[in-house]
Amino acid sequence: MQSDSHAARARIALVQSKPRKGDYIENLAALRAVFAQLAALDAPPQLVVLPEAALTGYFLEGAVYESARTAERFGHELSSLWRDVAGQRPGEIVAGFYEVESGSYYNSAIWLALDERETRILHVHRKLFLPTYGVFDEERFLSRGNRVQVFDSPLLGTTALLICEDVWHSLLPTIAALKGARSIVVPSAAPGRGIDGEGELLSVTRWRELLRGIAMEHGCFVLYAGLAGFEGGKGMTGSSCAIGPDGTILVKAEGDDACIVRAELFLDDIEIARANLPLLADLRAVLPDLLADEELPWSRGRSDAADR
Amino acid sequence: MLPIVDPPPRDPYAAPKIDPEVATRWLVAFLRDECIERRGIKNAVIGLSGGVDSAVTAYLCARALGPQNVHLIRMPYRLSSAASLDDAQLVIDALGAVAHTIDISAAVDGYLQYEPDADPRRRGNVLARTRMLVLFDQSAKFAALPIGTGNKTERLLGYFTWHADDAPPINPLGDLFKTQVWELARYLGVPAPLIEKAPSADLEANQTDEGDLGIRYPRADAILSSMLLGYRDKQLTARGFDAAEVALVRRRLEGTHWKRHLPTTAMLSDTAINEFYLRPVDFS
Repeated sequence: MQSDSHAARARIALVQSKPRKGDYIENLAALRAVFAQLAALDAPPQLVVLPEAALTGYFLEGAVYESARTAERFGHELSSLWRDVAGQRPGEIVAGFYEVESGSYYNSAIWLALDERETRILHVHRKLFLPTYGVFDEERFLSRGNRVQVFDSPLLGTTALLICEDVWHSLLPTIAALKGARSIVVPSAAPGRGIDGEGELLSVTRWRELLRGIAMEHGCFVLYAGLAGFEGGKGMTGSSCAIGPDGTILVKAEGDDACIVRAELFLDDIEIARANLPLLADLRAVLPDLLADEELPWSRGRSDAADR
Repeated sequence: MLPIVDPPPRDPYAAPKIDPEVATRWLVAFLRDECIERRGIKNAVIGLSGGVDSAVTAYLCARALGPQNVHLIRMPYRLSSAASLDDAQLVIDALGAVAHTIDISAAVDGYLQYEPDADPRRRGNVLARTRMLVLFDQSAKFAALPIGTGNKTERLLGYFTWHADDAPPINPLGDLFKTQVWELARYLGVPAPLIEKAPSADLEANQTDEGDLGIRYPRADAILSSMLLGYRDKQLTARGFDAAEVALVRRRLEGTHWKRHLPTTAMLSDTAINEFYLRPVDFS
């Protein structure tokens, strides 16, 4: 499902937000000010990406049930803010939020497309990999998503949304790329750790290496919006960045505090990168053989795979 | 108001990057492998022009083979710039390599006396080919390998004499743009006058490379490095490159593919060399 109608260039903004835990109304008001700041720029961004759990904070434990919203309500709240400050200006907005649907709760991200006439929810991605180890406890409170889907962004073309740990499993960006994603957008909340790095926390370095690897392997843009601020002693590293399809870091946040990171993407860089490093095309050719390998767990069925 | 982080200003003409320490280590290993390991030859001969390319090549060979095994050969013509000889002497003095000066005037004029109407381009080519004749003969004399000095920019722009500058069997700088060679030169400690002067083939009076080419090296390098990645002209101008310069570079690049290949051979059999009969250059 490859879109040919996307733009040649894309102005994007990664909002490294620092929400106040539990104060959704204040966080919405802060976001309104950010939208107003963006709308007043000489060249306003065409795409605004916010982090995971952008308006609530990440570590909510049981309070996730009070903070969660339906995708429709969250989308309406975001689009209303945008319309208030930007009028009918078209734009696309991505944000992570805790979602509720039919009594189940998810760590989700929404992609909205606003034009003069309407607001459309282009996609809601539910995080598949819920970290539940060490400092993390997501699966105690949340349900897993179960699909990686791509969709057509008017700005970026065929695109995928993945959340935080989703991209630590190389399979998910791979599936997105195989389905045609030209850009992978990653809202995230990453508590920093590791003080024996070189000039920055080790976890920040590891994240950046991971994101560059995804971009290079699949020849796609990777846009990473990281949450900022401390949450009960756990400092979120921000580290928002835009990475080109050849792995070049186009721009990155210098600190871990709240900021807006801007970039202009030349979308035809994707074709150049894929021509020069055709790993994705190589994978397409070999994948049927890999999937037919009888030693892989799924060839013995799901329950067997789960037992291993 | 949140602070806004913008990307570094997009400079389409930013020079291609090089880590000179890594490049030096790699090129020294390349020279040792090609000369000693593959061919069993421990000596090198280099035509030392007084320019930065041959100077950098000399510095690399001195590191790889030892200066006592590097023969630096100056080959002035009677109309060559005296400054070129002086600049070459700076390299000889700095490296302590074996130096030779062989005047090619008699050899060149011996031929050109029969071609009094030859234009500057023809005369320049005669000079370049005579120098290569001398270099290969000197390599036989000293049991040495001739080392090429051409850089990537001049190779891509076709700014060299076919089967002359490009004749040596190995070339350490052929994948480095001119601006990268300059940076490598600074790292290696090449004398400043050689780095700072306007590059010149010194085949005619007051000749400069950039005058001949119609574009400055840093700008040509930036355009070429993007062009080689596959960017088309419209994509390059969209990224801020000057359309006229892009067209100039494209014309030179595409008009000189033939200079970067061996002669085209008519294929008549199903054992045609390099078509059907294929062996890597280092296979034996």
